[in-house]
Amino acid sequence: MSVTLDIRLKKADKVYTEGEKVTGFIVVKSNSDLKHDGITLSMEGSVNLQLSSKNVGILEAFYNSVKPIQLVYVSCEVVSSGKLPSGTTEIPFELPLMPKQNRELYETYHGVFINISYSLKCDMKRSFLSKDLQKVQQFMVQYKQQKTELPRPVSFKISPQSLASGSSAAPDFLIRGKMDSTRCSVAKPLTGFLVLEKCAKPIRSVELQLVRVETCGCAEGYSRDATEIQNIQIGDGDIPQNIEIPIYMIFPRLFTCPTMIKLNFKIEFEINIVVVFQDDHLVTENFPILLTRE
Amino acid sequence: MSTKNQEWITAIKSHITSIKRSVKCETDNHPLKQIIVRERITKKNSVSSRSTPSSTPSSLIDIHTALEGYDPLTKFALEEIDPLSKIAMQNDLTTKSGNIYKGQNDTNNVQTWDARKHHILNQFTTSEKISIISSYLNDDEQEFSVIVKAQSGSIDKVQHRLEQLDQFEEGSQKKFNLSQVEYVRRIDQLNKELVMAWNSEQRVKALKISIQCAKMLSDTDVLQFYPSKFVLITDILDIFGKLVFERLRNKSNYIKPGCKEPTALPVDFSSDMVPECAKETCRNWFYKIASIRELVPRIFVEMAILKSYSFLTSSEYSAALMRLTHMIRGIGNPLVSIYARCYLCRVGVTVTTPGKNNKFLLENFNDFLDLYKHLFTRQIHIELTKQKMEYSSYLTLYSPALDYMLQLIVADASDAILMQILARCEQQNNKFLLLNTIMAGFKPSYISMRALQFIEVITQKSNGEEFPGYVLLRTLGACVTTCPPSVIDRKQILNIAWYHISKIKNPEHYIKCADVWVLFAVQHFMNYEGEFNNILGDIIKHMSMEGVRENFYPELKSIIEKIVESTQDIEAFLIMDNFLPFIDLFQQEKYRSDVCKIILSEYNNDSITSDSIIINTIMFLCGVLHDSINSMSIDDDIRQISEIICGIIRKVDYGQNFEEQLAFYVEARGLFYNLSPVLVQLVHCVNHLSVKVRTIVKGHHTRKTGSFVKACAAYSFITIPSIPSTRTRLEMYLMSGRVALFSNCLGQADVSFKTAISIIPELLEIEEGVTPNEQFLISYLKQFLSTLLVVPDSPEKGVLHLTRVLLNAIKRYRWEHKNNLFEMYLSVLDMLSTMVQETYPYYVDKVESNDTFYGSEPKFIMEVNKVNSIILQELLGILEELESGHMQATLSLKLVMSLVNRSDMFKNDALSILAVNLWKVSSRQNVININHLVSLKDYLLRKNIVKNDNAFIKYLSAFPGH
Repeated sequence: MSVTLDIRLKKADKVYTEGEKVTGFIVVKSNSDLKHDGITLSMEGSVNLQLSSKNVGILEAFYNSVKPIQLVYVSCEVVSSGKLPSGTTEIPFELPLMPKQNRELYETYHGVFINISYSLKCDMKRSFLSKDLQKVQQFMVQYKQQKTELPRPVSFKISPQSLASGSSAAPDFLIRGKMDSTRCSVAKPLTGFLVLEKCAKPIRSVELQLVRVETCGCAEGYSRDATEIQNIQIGDGDIPQNIEIPIYMIFPRLFTCPTMIKLNFKIEFEINIVVVFQDDHLVTENFPILLTRE
Repeated sequence: MSTKNQEWITAIKSHITSIKRSVKCETDNHPLKQIIVRERITKKNSVSSRSTPSSTPSSLIDIHTALEGYDPLTKFALEEIDPLSKIAMQNDLTTKSGNIYKGQNDTNNVQTWDARKHHILNQFTTSEKISIISSYLNDDEQEFSVIVKAQSGSIDKVQHRLEQLDQFEEGSQKKFNLSQVEYVRRIDQLNKELVMAWNSEQRVKALKISIQCAKMLSDTDVLQFYPSKFVLITDILDIFGKLVFERLRNKSNYIKPGCKEPTALPVDFSSDMVPECAKETCRNWFYKIASIRELVPRIFVEMAILKSYSFLTSSEYSAALMRLTHMIRGIGNPLVSIYARCYLCRVGVTVTTPGKNNKFLLENFNDFLDLYKHLFTRQIHIELTKQKMEYSSYLTLYSPALDYMLQLIVADASDAILMQILARCEQQNNKFLLLNTIMAGFKPSYISMRALQFIEVITQKSNGEEFPGYVLLRTLGACVTTCPPSVIDRKQILNIAWYHISKIKNPEHYIKCADVWVLFAVQHFMNYEGEFNNILGDIIKHMSMEGVRENFYPELKSIIEKIVESTQDIEAFLIMDNFLPFIDLFQQEKYRSDVCKIILSEYNNDSITSDSIIINTIMFLCGVLHDSINSMSIDDDIRQISEIICGIIRKVDYGQNFEEQLAFYVEARGLFYNLSPVLVQLVHCVNHLSVKVRTIVKGHHTRKTGSFVKACAAYSFITIPSIPSTRTRLEMYLMSGRVALFSNCLGQADVSFKTAISIIPELLEIEEGVTPNEQFLISYLKQFLSTLLVVPDSPEKGVLHLTRVLLNAIKRYRWEHKNNLFEMYLSVLDMLSTMVQETYPYYVDKVESNDTFYGSEPKFIMEVNKVNSIILQELLGILEELESGHMQATLSLKLVMSLVNRSDMFKNDALSILAVNLWKVSSRQNVININHLVSLKDYLLRKNIVKNDNAFIKYLSAFPGH
């Protein structure tokens, strides 16, 4: 006898916004009649904070501040105890996506130290002879589309002189470029261009690095960690000079969200333009960016 | 049966001949004429219920029922449209409706990529080791080591598992150093691996494989091989793109308005018909690809699945194409970058409507021009020195990609844009590569119009041009040959071009240019023999060095081929001073004879000739061909050569100069004694000549013509013995004998016939041909006999000399089947019986036959009767030897008929009784259908109604009826 439990959401992309109704079916498949002691469905959303290992000693004192923050919790019994016929049974459900009191909904995000996730959980209680069944189905939450604001373009020049580390080891070079905006929508690609105007030594690679900066804790003490999300090469090898090479990056889903600065945690993003010369010398230029959902 | 000596008395029927004469009349119908269809069966109404054959190609039975008893060919003929054109029509329709497939079919004047692919693979090869890095190529050893390891302890096991996992991830990425053949095999293996992974639902693995493949494209460690590598790998990427597209298509079955069941998307779907889940999958693919770290694989894989953008939006293409165009700028290696552009253009044209939105093509080309300087940087120099490659050959690596791109642009760009491109290219330094591409890509007419301009640029003192000049000359040559420039310029163009070609030192480069330009010269300067002769001379000068020409036989041969194919006047070519020296370049027997074959077969299409220079030349070529035959030659080759030479012999015609003609034939015989078909041809020709002369003098030979036709007969008589086949010899002798007879050369005819008879026994020695020799002999002898009828007896040899000789030969021949001999004898009886008639059914014009010779002299008739009696005895002897049975009965009956028809049996009772006995023999054994006998009896009775006192007739009348 095999029983499978499944949750099917109506929306194929599983993306919901605040106030929207999460609808779908609980699907029970069984090849014989099925006795159960009730099926319950719960919706849960929370922010999970984790401390990076290097900070753990100092921050044990602030243990409280890294407790998971629950954003949504709804639970209800869908079917009271009874019997389901053999075959496939679909039980429709509809839950409004609303935050708990005094809380707000954040966008789904998977980071290293911060995770914001939402899920539907379905439990089927059964007599003590057989195991209870459980099924968890993740879904995504996004902010509502916001009004588009004016872009904030940034022009830049990278040369040995502009480097913070000084011009000692770097060859003579000049890169001119422009970011179309430092305020970007998560759903739209990051764009811009750069031009290699002169370079004494051949370049091996030009890369765009997307970095998240996660801060956990409160005013008393916090951990702040910058980690790489992805690294995209835009120039490979000895790139030609005096031509606009596009800067183009699509923000990966789940791993990016609109920039969040909240009480207990912060999620921020930065872009690094990394130029690697053939002698392994590395030059980086950093651009903090503000992510939005526009 | 009685075996008493029966005397044969031949019936002489004066009235029959006159009837026969009157029967002769012209027919309007040839019995062997081929069938001509005048009318076709019209379509019948009963076929209305058939189903279209294309709908269910499932089984033969289906087809059979669908065709309703017509045989399939008729059936298809009945339909208005044959199935092939129907399919073609359907294809047409789909292309018209299909948005996506449009690009592929609309490349009418663009050489398709597939056509180029093959060429690239052949051109760019290497003998160096190529490295390949992949985690999906198994080594046999590796597998083995895994098994051995698995035997160790439990801790090891865990460790080993982890290792294995690592291996699967990327730890097992291996670098192989491979030869080209192995490399191609590995790529093929990857290809299969990809499809397998895909089909077994391991899509991530499939993606990884294609990324790894694409990564290989960023590696130019063996430059010379790069274009081929590109072709191989983009094939894999194409497959990947197709797989993704098909899967998304299958996923997006949509519900048509008005239907309940989901159906497949139509070919020209728009993005709003695609269901959300398919869109989500599609988006996922693009997100995944956008996160590929390295630039080159990211660009290539995105291009591979570009077509799938159609699931998301309808307008994505142009934006994506533009973006990719710009992103390619980031590729530092110019070779990788140009091939990336090439791939983009290739994919791009399949997804866009031609003529519209194709700005990306031009943008790509412009980008390339912007970065053109980048091809000549220090970096590249260093790389080239490392790989020991010349700059000139490095630049040729660009040509395939560049040519393809430009061709796409040209396909739907206006002239103004072309002008712009040309102007931009001309400004560049090192513009030869670009010029070459332009000349190859633009319409030849466009180039031809400006040919002079181009040739001046090309032949300028090259200032540090790296791209080889000869390639440009060659390309220009190709343009002017396909589309000739204006008449005034032609000469100048050729002169300048050839001036520079003749300066090329490298024989390989030289011959490549010459190959193209010769064609141009042939097209326009064949009539100026001096010009063309000089060109030939120049080629000879360049190629005549020992050690050089050996390498270029194929090219030289192709030059000859081109000249011969495209010239209007092959004779002019043959009589050029440099023609024979040119042929002399071919020192290798095989090429020499090949070239001769080409020229001669082409010449065979020409008209007849009598020019002695040409004849000398072609006879020389024929001689070369003839000499190329040795004991190792295969039969087919010999046959082909013989055919060619026969054709040539037929071509030579001196008109009224018969003696010259005969002298030519004598010479030819001396040259081609090895080829029996040629000898046969020669004998036919000479016979023809003889007949022609006779026709001209209308049968009244003067002394001169008389001796000439005798010479002809002698020629034939001397030539025939060299023919190995006995059958052919027999036929030729008979033929020549007849011709000699026709020309009134009685002695010669006599000798021919006699020789023919004398070689009949040779037939026993070898069996040749399809039909058995005996079969052949029967028909041959019958022909012979009918000829003998009109051959007058030779005064020296006595009456019926030839016939007697022939009879002896027949008798001596070892017949396998006696009935054949029997039949032969009957034929002789027939012939001899005709011989004694007062007039013969046919004559040879101006030749007096035996009827006039003897004038039905009783002595002559007696002679004939004597012979006939002997034959009769022979016949009866054969009958007696036979066992009683069907054969005996049939033959007896035949003899009865012969007796009735040919002998005067009513004057001779012995013959009548013989006939009665024979009839008894044939009727007694019940092997012959009684009805047949009865109807035969009726016929005979009716015919001989008056002579009812004869024994035979009496007997017949008593013969039982039905």
